[in-house]
Amino acid sequence: MAGLKGDYLGMTLSVSELDIENAEYFKHCAAHAFHLQECSGCGIVRYPPGAACHNCGSLESRWVAVEGKGTVHSYCEVHHGIQPAFKERVPYMILLVDLDTQKGKPSAEQALRVGGNLVTPDGVLAPPEMVQRVGIGSRMRMVFADVSAGLSLPHWTLDEDAKQPARPWRYPQE
Amino acid sequence: MARTSEIDATAPKHLQDKYAIAGIGETTYARGSGRTTRALACWAISNAIKDAGMTPADIDGMLSYSGNDSTFSPVIAGDLGIRPNFFMDVHGGGSSTEALIGIAIGVIEAGMCSAVVVFRAMNGYSEVRIGGTGARSAVPVSGDALHDRAYGWQSAGQRFSLTFMRHMYDYGTTPEQVAHVKVAHSKHASNNPKAYYKKRYTVDDVVNSRFICKPLHLLDCCVETDNATAVIVTRADRAKDTPHRAPLIRSVVGRCCKPRPEVHYQHGPISTVAGHYAKDILWRNAGVGPEDIDITGSYDAFTFTAMLQLEDYGFCKKGEGGGYVSSGIIELGGKRPNNTAGGHLCEGYTHGMNMVIENVRQLRGEVDDSCPAGPDGRKRHTHDYREGGCRAVKDPELTCNMGWATPGIGSALVMRRGD
Repeated sequence: MAGLKGDYLGMTLSVSELDIENAEYFKHCAAHAFHLQECSGCGIVRYPPGAACHNCGSLESRWVAVEGKGTVHSYCEVHHGIQPAFKERVPYMILLVDLDTQKGKPSAEQALRVGGNLVTPDGVLAPPEMVQRVGIGSRMRMVFADVSAGLSLPHWTLDEDAKQPARPWRYPQE
Repeated sequence: MARTSEIDATAPKHLQDKYAIAGIGETTYARGSGRTTRALACWAISNAIKDAGMTPADIDGMLSYSGNDSTFSPVIAGDLGIRPNFFMDVHGGGSSTEALIGIAIGVIEAGMCSAVVVFRAMNGYSEVRIGGTGARSAVPVSGDALHDRAYGWQSAGQRFSLTFMRHMYDYGTTPEQVAHVKVAHSKHASNNPKAYYKKRYTVDDVVNSRFICKPLHLLDCCVETDNATAVIVTRADRAKDTPHRAPLIRSVVGRCCKPRPEVHYQHGPISTVAGHYAKDILWRNAGVGPEDIDITGSYDAFTFTAMLQLEDYGFCKKGEGGGYVSSGIIELGGKRPNNTAGGHLCEGYTHGMNMVIENVRQLRGEVDDSCPAGPDGRKRHTHDYREGGCRAVKDPELTCNMGWATPGIGSALVMRRGD
């Protein structure tokens, strides 16, 4: 097995076969399922994938399904793209979403904070009018963008079924 | 077994003021140096050796930092006729200057060498763009980067903005408050003949400049430049032979981290930065506190980084950084000016070294502004801070530099005026 490779927005994404944690993570993503490592020692789930548990140091873990729902913790709205393909897709939004799962554990200020872009329900970078509707406090659900055979990226879209804040917090200058 | 939070990192008191910055050197700050990082490094180190009243034979230690964008010590040593008893080239950018000064003290204390030059040479504009365009955005995305670069979350501005945005949310910090950092640093740069940008800016200029990535406007971001910078660390008794009153190193803390430093946002509050942890080592070892400091050098990759560190190192209460930087305190003529040469926002981008160099000049009373020189060749500083005038602070005794790598990693240095 030579690992996974794919082209996404002009970038080459590559998962080495030695990178067994990321390979497992993306195997689930390809099936449009979100799985993370749960520590066999203390039961804490971690993100992003890694080789040991930040909470107890254990090297042992198992993969568990995690619900892809949460609340925007912070964001960045990019108007000047760096990578070539992103230059044509500004403004785009980078979101950091607090999952409902394990929020406030193992200590009050910790959460599974999962990155991603704001996308439409079918996984395409969101248009400007959608960008303006999302801010800190917005309720999000995870969707996947297919990159190539066996490789998909998790992203975030507005959760249509959830109660949204009347006015999510947005940067004061529009 | 002691937990990390219980480790006593206090250096033996005899190290306080036992080491000095014996010399400083820099090149011009340019966009288009027209030479290699090798030539830039030799230029800056040569200036530092002359400044210290030394010869290359007096230097026997070398430290540098870079990110696949510089020339390593053995090459530079060979060019300059330095025979190192010790050298090390480490990976890293911001926060390295202060950390490497600490390492220099350690290797001299261990008897490995006696005088260490620390340098950073970079063509940050004309070769490897620090902002991530060009070579850096062409690298395939793998490993941890699959969870950020794949999302167009790559440049320093993009990576740090979530911390900046959350600070505004948590504490009500406004764009106008933070813009005052650029206003102050541009005021200082206007009195620095070698600053890359010498124009003074207003709050309106900053908040009306185009967005790079919210909350950052163009003028919230530093300038990418080509330059080299160097400082020489020796024992204070040896630095007495230098032509200057060499500043003494009071305290240093290097690459101190938040929990899970690479993904610090997993362990909040994300609006708190590494200075929150570094301050406990810095001030305890220094035997002084933030209220004693006359000049700060808070790393300004962005306006926000300067503010966040001033806050987390205790120059104001947590959450009041916006009020602090917009109060006039950080401007020349204010109680505690920050980055009096203009910093990364205006003078040039060095990954932190130019801010240490400026504080050395301030403590020596030898700031290279436009003030007239007296018959002895020494500047007669007017302390008139109008545009094009003086930028020397009156009789400073203590300075504090705060280096930034990321929100999760920082370093700091307290220096005091030499005897």
